[in-house]
Amino acid sequence: MGKFTSKGGRSVPGMNTSSMSDIVFMFLFFFMVISNMRESTVLVKQKLPQASEIQKLEQKSLVSYIYIGEPASVADQKKYGTSTRIQLNDQIADLSDIAAFVEAERAQRNEADRALLTTTLKCDKDVKMGDVTDVKQELRKAGALRTMYAASKRVKNTY
Amino acid sequence: MARKKKGIPELNSSSMSDISFLLLTFFLLTSSINTDKGIPRRLPPMNDKPQEEKIKIHENNIFTILVDRNDRLFFDNQIGDIALLKERAKEFLSNPQNLPNLPDKKEVDLPLIGKTMVSQGVISLQNDRGTSYDIYVKVQNELEAAINELRDEFAKKKFYRSYADCNNEQKSAVDKAVPSTISEAEPVKVGGNK
Repeated sequence: MGKFTSKGGRSVPGMNTSSMSDIVFMFLFFFMVISNMRESTVLVKQKLPQASEIQKLEQKSLVSYIYIGEPASVADQKKYGTSTRIQLNDQIADLSDIAAFVEAERAQRNEADRALLTTTLKCDKDVKMGDVTDVKQELRKAGALRTMYAASKRVKNTY
Repeated sequence: MARKKKGIPELNSSSMSDISFLLLTFFLLTSSINTDKGIPRRLPPMNDKPQEEKIKIHENNIFTILVDRNDRLFFDNQIGDIALLKERAKEFLSNPQNLPNLPDKKEVDLPLIGKTMVSQGVISLQNDRGTSYDIYVKVQNELEAAINELRDEFAKKKFYRSYADCNNEQKSAVDKAVPSTISEAEPVKVGGNK
């Protein structure tokens, strides 16, 4: 009855891993689609306040960002001090630069989208309202009236 | 003699998954998931000429929220708390018992809804330069929550569905019936230093 006894020693058959890479690639594409690359490095402290009634912005291309906070790195603190500063694009700027910034952001968009341009204020939660109000006044002067206060999600009725 | 059929030798693809894992980790680390969320607000346009005649708003039609430099809240000059703000704002904006010390209502003819009473109340928000941004966002959030809940209740009463399930026409009708009337005071410098 040698028919049913195997000749060699019993060994575990090798697992076929060719589909593993397919699955991982699928993951990869999924993450590539849902995420977006960081456009500019944030030079100021950013701990967003929390809010429950937050809304998502529909069109990412129609958003410009203003970051407000204290300079984060030690090198920047030596250069700009530790008081609250504004960051436009990739550098720390002054209040008077906001008008030019708004103009530049408008010039990048086509005619129809300009009215829909939203300015997202990404402010650190420890920032005082005086600095935020100054920025808001500059935005009003420049005519950029659609704004958004960036916040992270929290559960309702928790304080 | 039967020869075994020669097949294409199988490609060893076990390292392929290593490579794709590497790519995956790279993208996970360098990218950030969309975090563009926040409270949308529209700024009032800049007025060049100073307002000479102030628009008279009757005292019962205005609800003043003042946040001082120590992040204390005052509702109509009385000390208040952030946990009570939403209910106060809802009561003020809806005025369910038509009390005389709360806002008047005006009958407005709206599409889809018909004649309805719309509150004339205005919430006035004032803050100091020293107020922290954190409490400011909290106050804005509570007011937004109050208006959202009122709109939701109104939509349920009129259209038998929540505000989120309404179509765009119904939504804009509800928006008109429960308007978002938050006015921010022009910045005034209170106190000496920043």
